[in-house]
Amino acid sequence: MTMSAGTSAFDRQQLTLGQKFWQIRWFFVLLLIAAAGTGVAMLYSAANASFEPWAIRHMARFGIGLGIMLAVAMTDIRFWLRHAYAIYLATLALLVAVEVMGSVGMGAQRWIDLGIINLQPSELMKVTLVLALARYFHGVTAEDVGRLSVLLVPLVLIAAPAALVLRQPDLGTALMLLLAGGLVLFTAGVRLWKFALVAAGALIAAPIAWQTLHDYQRTRVLTFLAPETDPLGAGYHIIQSKIALGSGGVFGKGFLGGTQSHLNFLPEKQTDFIFTMLAEEFGLVGGLGLLGVYVMILAYGFAIALSSRHHFGRLLAVGVTITFFLYLFINVAMVMGLIPVVGVPLPLVSYGGTAMLSLMFGFGLMMSVWVHRDVPVPRRFVGDGP
Amino acid sequence: MNRDTDRQKLFTRRALMLAGGQAVLTAGLVGRMYYLGVVDAPRYATLADENRISLRLLPPPRGRILDRHGRPLAGNRQTYRAVIVAEQANGVEATLDTLARLIAIGPGDRERVLREVARKRKFVPVTIREDLSWDEVTRIEVNAPELPGVTIDEGQSRFYPYGGDFAHALGYVAAVAEDETTGDPLLELPGFRIGKSGMERTYDLTLRGSGGRSQVEVNAYGRVIRELSRTEGEPGADIVSTIDLDLQRMASRRLEGESGAVVVMDVHGGEVLALASSPSFDPNAFNRGLRRQEWRELVDNERAPLTNKAISGQYPPGSTFKVAVALAGLERGVISPHTRVFCRGHTRLGSHTFHCWKRGGHGSMNMHEAIVQSCDVYFYEVARRLGVDTIAEMSRRLGLGAPVGIDLPGERPGLMPTRSWKAEAMGQPWHQGETLIVGIGQGYALSTPLQLAVMTARFANGGFQVTPRLTRVDAPSPAPSATPLYPPLGVNPVHIRLICDAMNDVVNGRRGTARGSMIREEGLEMAGKTGTSQVRRITRAERATGIRRNEDLPWHQRHHALFIGYAPVHAPRYALAVVIEHGGGGSTAAAPVARDVLLAAQKLDSLRIAAGPGQTGAPRRTDDDPA
Repeated sequence: MTMSAGTSAFDRQQLTLGQKFWQIRWFFVLLLIAAAGTGVAMLYSAANASFEPWAIRHMARFGIGLGIMLAVAMTDIRFWLRHAYAIYLATLALLVAVEVMGSVGMGAQRWIDLGIINLQPSELMKVTLVLALARYFHGVTAEDVGRLSVLLVPLVLIAAPAALVLRQPDLGTALMLLLAGGLVLFTAGVRLWKFALVAAGALIAAPIAWQTLHDYQRTRVLTFLAPETDPLGAGYHIIQSKIALGSGGVFGKGFLGGTQSHLNFLPEKQTDFIFTMLAEEFGLVGGLGLLGVYVMILAYGFAIALSSRHHFGRLLAVGVTITFFLYLFINVAMVMGLIPVVGVPLPLVSYGGTAMLSLMFGFGLMMSVWVHRDVPVPRRFVGDGP
Repeated sequence: MNRDTDRQKLFTRRALMLAGGQAVLTAGLVGRMYYLGVVDAPRYATLADENRISLRLLPPPRGRILDRHGRPLAGNRQTYRAVIVAEQANGVEATLDTLARLIAIGPGDRERVLREVARKRKFVPVTIREDLSWDEVTRIEVNAPELPGVTIDEGQSRFYPYGGDFAHALGYVAAVAEDETTGDPLLELPGFRIGKSGMERTYDLTLRGSGGRSQVEVNAYGRVIRELSRTEGEPGADIVSTIDLDLQRMASRRLEGESGAVVVMDVHGGEVLALASSPSFDPNAFNRGLRRQEWRELVDNERAPLTNKAISGQYPPGSTFKVAVALAGLERGVISPHTRVFCRGHTRLGSHTFHCWKRGGHGSMNMHEAIVQSCDVYFYEVARRLGVDTIAEMSRRLGLGAPVGIDLPGERPGLMPTRSWKAEAMGQPWHQGETLIVGIGQGYALSTPLQLAVMTARFANGGFQVTPRLTRVDAPSPAPSATPLYPPLGVNPVHIRLICDAMNDVVNGRRGTARGSMIREEGLEMAGKTGTSQVRRITRAERATGIRRNEDLPWHQRHHALFIGYAPVHAPRYALAVVIEHGGGGSTAAAPVARDVLLAAQKLDSLRIAAGPGQTGAPRRTDDDPA
């Protein structure tokens, strides 16, 4: 039907690397650099005007991430479609490996030491889950989406990693996987009443599940839901974060001038609470600036999704956008005391290797969708099945 | 393709809904940022400052206490203590080992340091030893390179250069007790000292000054990053006392070995020149903190070194009280200077016999002779005529029976009994025999050495209501001829004069009870009255077993020796009271002390103010003067 663009679509099937390179939206890359640059500046400040130990590594990781992103972007979208399940299963295997090593090494373990970085499979899973779900719904017709049996596979795709992550235990990441998966299902066209049904079911199941929990588990859940009950733990962090953020005012205390951050009243300032530090030193203006960059990145995501001629591309682009939004919303809402404290980093800004590389991989996929937006991808694509 | 179009439409709708949802949520974030960063920003700015700004108090140096000529009696001494900062030391234990070769560190100190280091943050200094000598300080400083993390802290501590000589008048300072906190944040500073007794306590607020404030920036662990601002405090003001350093020390020396008190005061201005109590204690020990053992020794001592006997010791005034009874008799008209009473060594009242101290009796006595020879029978008769209430009324006017209001804590009121007092306190009626006993200053009558000195001063200045004080006021004590500072007592000056004449002869007369302590230096003569107050009677049974004399009794049962006096006789300037607890007779134990102290007072006076003895005339010779 959309054959008017048929010639170009045909052309793009055989795009040369050079052509692909120039298809990449460089302003989008600039936005990523702006966000990561903000991260470098804040990490420099967090280390009391020193590139060691965080800023320099953040820069290096972003550099590597940028390379990965460009490589992924110029790889044919059909490659990613073909290997979507394999990538997903590999990540799941890593999660299981962490689970096994964690039980050996005592206590919660979320990462695998790869030498250069400590790989956190749960961060990677946030992107590969989206990839697998996009692959699945690419092959499902609009009518079939309405069928209950069709939802079985994606629910397993979501539940398996969520359950593994929950066992670590990492409630924040588990919830984020469930939310991201659910939202991909939503954009794929799953009926709204089914979401309502699940929500109602969860509400009914909650008290029953509560009864089966151990006391220490209940305490943990309560502290998670109401940090004020633990004023010296999570509650203390939120109070200090709000003080630091609010005292920044409109224009902030100036670069390197954040008293609360530099006097260590602010916890975890290089990771989860880096947005607070930004707002303390650059004020409301600085916070809104970064948020503006984020909004433009999100806008790119939606635009790319809407421009794709294949369903895989649409779902993949929007899925990455959803994941990115969840990162930033949960983190910023958390440091401002809107939601309970969960360990979610601020995308591209917080110090942390896997999250950065996962996101850059995700943006690479998104950009690949853009570069290959006109590539014809049949619904019944022959690839390695789930 | 159709199917894909449906999918695409559905997807586009859903994606736009999603984008809308994200926009709403993002707007929520912006709203929250606005609320925190603009609406609530002032509150958070305050909280942020409260987080990081810590107020430190700087203790002011305590004011000194000076003697009447400006010589310091209480001052501050530089003290040094060794402290260690764990994070700067190469191992606390090793450093302590090195340090132990230079200064003495007890095993207790060592354990305490290690415990505190383990408990506190690594940058908090921990005291190793206080009160280092200068020698020890030098040894540490010389070896500083081998002692990383060890520094010398300077501080100030109260110092009393004359130790026990001024302990009761000045008092002492010690750490603040919990119930002494008043809300002044200074009192909550560790190591802060406040006045616990004496002038240190009365004038504590003046001496204390006000603390300075230093605003420092601290980090989340309490480490000081930098000082933001500093306001200096007000150092405590010096107090100039009325005490004469030399006279006080002389009086203290004179009391050594005895238990008792000496008070010397200016008869016109009320300035107390000496206020000594014996035995004494070292007030410096209280500053550093007493060990339990030292404290017990002070508290259990039967001679009560902690009590300021000059204001808190209550003794029957004995015969020194006779001057008050005589004045009451003259004022009330129950006697005249010529009234004679015959003393045959005792008198009877009903079935009771009241003895005179002179067993054979004094014979016929007039008032003058009765004071000079301290005839008890004469005063039994005067007291009988007056009644106890009249005696009490006159003694109160003379300063007895109620606190005189000196600026020291712990003054006791003494006791001048009346009928209503006995009815109230004991629920029993007054007996006339008790009046007779009060008439010679025994029985229920109690007075402090300070009260006796005040009474003496009020006679010596011709009947003015002088009250004692320990701090100087601007106006110097006026010459005797100048307008008196104090209102008159409302008694006939002629009567005062008559009694003073008698007191002159107590010392300078041929038959005077204190003639052995006469001052023979021209112009410096003293007048006075002896007193010996019974602690217990020698019972009939004891007389039978041979205990006749006071000296045979155990110390705490012997008589108190008292003397009141003034000098110079004809231009009185110094009034004095001496009490020697269980010292025996007033004439033998107390009068010599009085003579030495009054002589010293006058000599110091002439040295200091260069007022020659020409100011005072020769004492008036009386008929029975031996010269």
